[in-house]
Amino acid sequence: MTIHGGIGQSLARKEDARFIRGKGNYVDDIQLPGMLYIDFTRSPYAHAKITAIHPENALKVPGVLAVITGKDLDAAKLAWMPTLMSDTQMVLPIDTVKFQGQEVVAIVAENRYAAADGAAAMEIDYDPLPVVIDPFKALQPDSPLVRPDKPKKSNHIWHWEVGDKAGTDALLAKSDVVVHQDFYIPRLNVSSIETCGCVASFDAMGRLTMYMTTQAPHAIRTVFALVSGLPEQSIRVISPDIGGGFGGKVPVYPGYVVAIVAALKTGHPVKWVETRMNNLMSSSFARDYHITADIGATKDGKLTGLKVKTIADHGYADAAANPSKFPAGLFHIITGSYPFEKAFVEVDGVYTNKPPGGIAYRCSFRVTEAAYTIERLVDEVAHKIGMDPAELRLKNFIPPEAFPYHSALGWTYDSGNYAGALNLAMKMVDYPGLRREQAEKRKQGEFMGIGISSFTEIVGAGPSAQFDILGLKMFESCEIRIHPTGKVMARFGTKSQGQGHETTYAQILATELGLPAESISIEEGDTDTAPYGLGTYASRSTPTAGAAAVIAARKIRDKAQKIAAHLLEVSPEDLEWKDYKFQVKGVPEKSKTMADVAFAAYTNPAPGTEAGLEAVDYYDPPNMTFPFGSYICVVDIDKGTGQVHIRRFVAVDDCGTIINPMVVEGQIHGGLTMGLAPAMYEQITYDAGGNIHGSSFLDYLVPTAVEAPHWETGKTTTPSPHHPIGAKGVGESPTVGAPAAIVNAIVDALSPLGVTSIDIPVYPWKVWQILHDKGVA
Amino acid sequence: MTEVIPPEFEYHAPGTVDEAIGLLQSTPGDAKVLAGGQSLLPLMKLRLAGPKTLVDITRIPKLSYVTESADCLCLGATTRINDLNDSELIRTRYPLLADAGVHIADPLVRNMGTVGGNVCHGDPGNDLPACMLASGAKYVVRGPKGNRTIAAQDFYKDSYVTALDPSEILTEVQVPKAQPGDGGAYLKMHRKVGDFAIAAVAVQLRLDSHGTVTQAGIALTNVGPTAILAPQAAAYLVKKKPTDADLLAVGKLAAEAAQPSADMRGPVDFKRGIVQTLTQRAVKQAWERAGGKR
Amino acid sequence: MASTAIPRLTSPLPIRGATHTIHVTINDVPFEFAVEDRTLLVHFLRDALGMTGTHIGCDTTHCGACTVLLDDRPVKSCTVLAVQVDGRKVRTVEGLEVGGKLNPVQEGFAAEHGLQCGYCTPGMMMTSVALLAKNPNPSEDEIRHAISGNLCRCTGYMNIVKAIQHAAKASGGGK
Repeated sequence: MTIHGGIGQSLARKEDARFIRGKGNYVDDIQLPGMLYIDFTRSPYAHAKITAIHPENALKVPGVLAVITGKDLDAAKLAWMPTLMSDTQMVLPIDTVKFQGQEVVAIVAENRYAAADGAAAMEIDYDPLPVVIDPFKALQPDSPLVRPDKPKKSNHIWHWEVGDKAGTDALLAKSDVVVHQDFYIPRLNVSSIETCGCVASFDAMGRLTMYMTTQAPHAIRTVFALVSGLPEQSIRVISPDIGGGFGGKVPVYPGYVVAIVAALKTGHPVKWVETRMNNLMSSSFARDYHITADIGATKDGKLTGLKVKTIADHGYADAAANPSKFPAGLFHIITGSYPFEKAFVEVDGVYTNKPPGGIAYRCSFRVTEAAYTIERLVDEVAHKIGMDPAELRLKNFIPPEAFPYHSALGWTYDSGNYAGALNLAMKMVDYPGLRREQAEKRKQGEFMGIGISSFTEIVGAGPSAQFDILGLKMFESCEIRIHPTGKVMARFGTKSQGQGHETTYAQILATELGLPAESISIEEGDTDTAPYGLGTYASRSTPTAGAAAVIAARKIRDKAQKIAAHLLEVSPEDLEWKDYKFQVKGVPEKSKTMADVAFAAYTNPAPGTEAGLEAVDYYDPPNMTFPFGSYICVVDIDKGTGQVHIRRFVAVDDCGTIINPMVVEGQIHGGLTMGLAPAMYEQITYDAGGNIHGSSFLDYLVPTAVEAPHWETGKTTTPSPHHPIGAKGVGESPTVGAPAAIVNAIVDALSPLGVTSIDIPVYPWKVWQILHDKGVA
Repeated sequence: MTEVIPPEFEYHAPGTVDEAIGLLQSTPGDAKVLAGGQSLLPLMKLRLAGPKTLVDITRIPKLSYVTESADCLCLGATTRINDLNDSELIRTRYPLLADAGVHIADPLVRNMGTVGGNVCHGDPGNDLPACMLASGAKYVVRGPKGNRTIAAQDFYKDSYVTALDPSEILTEVQVPKAQPGDGGAYLKMHRKVGDFAIAAVAVQLRLDSHGTVTQAGIALTNVGPTAILAPQAAAYLVKKKPTDADLLAVGKLAAEAAQPSADMRGPVDFKRGIVQTLTQRAVKQAWERAGGKR
Repeated sequence: MASTAIPRLTSPLPIRGATHTIHVTINDVPFEFAVEDRTLLVHFLRDALGMTGTHIGCDTTHCGACTVLLDDRPVKSCTVLAVQVDGRKVRTVEGLEVGGKLNPVQEGFAAEHGLQCGYCTPGMMMTSVALLAKNPNPSEDEIRHAISGNLCRCTGYMNIVKAIQHAAKASGGGK
């Protein structure tokens, strides 16, 4: 028997009803009476002293009401604010700007046109200062200081390491084969189609309502309370419909704080919505990791040790929303799907004159960087010893019986079946056939490549022993209330930005409560009503909130069983929950449904129980979950132009129990496209003067439907042993796994020319240059 | 830096070309023609351009057409790019323009953007200028002193600088009428759909009944301050039935004619290499479309 | 059948300098409104008329989130002046559902999970409606090219293609 809309069904999404009618409620859709707008004048310099601000012409613009500077904020001790990594960053600069595009002065105006005119009319004098862009140069003793306000007079932020350094060195030293590679993973910006914004509004009693593009409304509320001194119960954060988050809507941006200040000062609601250029130039970046790595193997292809050193370019403040104990996020998942005996990872964070941030691009807290590194290295080991890359992987994978598996860098992987996923991918793509075709093509001088990526992900932050953000433990919550007519309202501490929680959470509850999904309404995002949670990012919602939903539902079932027993005039132990009913054991026709119980909870409560039927659970996950997959990419290179054509891309993912196959597949498609993007299209760079390249969609190349291949998906299912329904997260797996598959394919194609590496994004000119240098183009 | 909202200006939508010219004259140097607006408005939103007067010429009747006269293909200046692309005449008889038209920007921009705009704006990345150069097109412009005709090859002076006087408006593009034995091709390499070309090549050929080239035009997009002709490459093809060796040679000549700058789209050598490859391929395709058979 | 949009009397758009009165039919309803010369069509729709289904996603006419139909052709309303639509017909996402009946494109998007966050969706659907009106039987390649002026970050485009194919089939076309 199935319940309508239960776990495992491709239920059509409930939220679509409003979106397909254009009735979504995004931040910029919000209009409040008397609402004002703010815009910012921003710095053209990467590093400069502000010598004078001349607001006169801006204030003369009709409709402009006020100007807010860093000095104004400083008077209220609001010029600086904490970051989510316990660093500090400016709201507005008091006297020095730190990156090109930084907000310098806010203009408050009656409408967005006047605000734009005001920002254009603002005159600011600057005295340029020496700029630090290269993090290696930033670490030199003679480098200009990005943060002279810090006690440690250096651009070095932190050092973090894990693993056995001496043991790894020794193991590599005696390994038959050691492959060394350097990788630069360029800076990216996730650029959700909706940019960041807010509407800040104080009521007559001084209560703040903050409509805001945030993936973590409760944590943000607490941060606002701590920073502003407003009592936390006087702050309401409402995260309405969000047009994509991917990590970019986790940090606190200056615009939010300035909007609150402007609302307080003017007594009017104030809206701030950033433009796309603002977004690309100043909202949280991702990546910017300079990685140098050594991987060891025996001559017959058994991996031995792994040593990785990374310089992490954090811009002028470490504002990455990492768990506090992990400044390099979960980068140390880098041993991946392989049982390295020894491994050592060290990461050093560095300040430069760029915007702050670090992990905002669907990256699972630096897992994209880790997976790229290990999967590229493994391919290069295979090439070096002349072994097929699939064969090398199959030879080395952590076998299913080794789980729970303790990695050399301290993780306990819950479950995995890596060979299962790779074998399926190989079958879907006819791997032996492709290798035969490749051999033929090579004889004809054609460049065809096959690339594999067999990644292990780590999601579901996180167990309280290891995980916190600014001290807030990373539990997650679900609160369920069942009404007398058998309808359900469930609220969560997470916040969907497109992941479909209104549907998938309803499906979990449908199965656990025995009520159809249509009877279950899901709410998130209003901190006045939703239970406290840490939000949605890093693929944590299904592992944590999904579990909380199950546990809360089972608490309700426990109480419901007592009520059912009362109705059936038996004792609760005589009942079993079967076929979505409370049935008398051995007498199945004597049963009560959850709907029966719900009505009785208010009209005929069991003696000794309270009226009502509700429960809340704050779930502390016992471990992370470890989804995994194998991707295979096939490319053909146009010798005349260097263009890479992705002929096929097969993605086999395993995220444990699947709640809604259609939703999961949609996540995979989207994530793969966000893996393609950094591999071949997107990057943000800065020249030596700190000028940004990639500040608009003219140069920041977001793939269209023409660049995106026809993705093919498959799945295996290896449940998580510790999750109440065996589910793992999935949203970021494809972004994590895809880049290496694509780049491995490109390098594989060019390997007959002796190529062992290529920098991402792989633009045609890079491939052409190789072909030209080798006399092919 | 502010963007998205253009600065203030006065908008006019005159009903005749002469009215439009009068408006351009009234604010000399500070008035701009608005046709599709898909190049001008984005610049104004970024506040990189701020004309005080916009003269919308798309309300002028009879300026949008795709027809043939006795000796030319006549394109009205305000013909939308998608109307050009949808034209059966273009698709069947003018393959060079048919190729180029679907490579301009993206499908939505093409619903507003016009032939005249793409021809006159002066961005070295615009696609139609190279096609006009390769086909030997002429532009009919009207100004305070009346009409004049400017050959495409005399039209492009520098990036964003054309032979148009500030009060002149292009009214018609005249492309030599297609004859039997004509064939053309436009090949464009870009970083992604919608981007300007890394490099693009326009080839227009006329063959005699034996398949020998009698006339050739080759022009390049976005590898110089304007679209540029590759006259030596074109001259090389005349009197030839191009072999693979000829294609290689003409490609090299076109690459030599290119004047690319290094930028985000790639280094100089690479762009020359692309010109070479695309020229080889476009010449082969144009020749085959013109009826050439090996 | 008319849409439910109601022209607002108090507009957050600047109207001090409004020098043009435009007459435009939006979702089959005629409007008369005073706008400034530089008012962008997208702001006119969103801020003056409260029709917030059309979205803004970029500064450089790339993303297509603002796509509406102008005389049945999909255009980027962020790069059209409100004055340019005087005397013309505009259809927005709010005008797709007519008489309580969803457009096949809307049904296709819902049936095939062609949306996730929903932000690019109105623009994507307007382009799709126009595509199917012109080409009732598009191939996957034709679909991908037709929507190449609309960016999506969430879906990777696969289900958008399926949604359009679904709509084509439901409308009697469909390859």
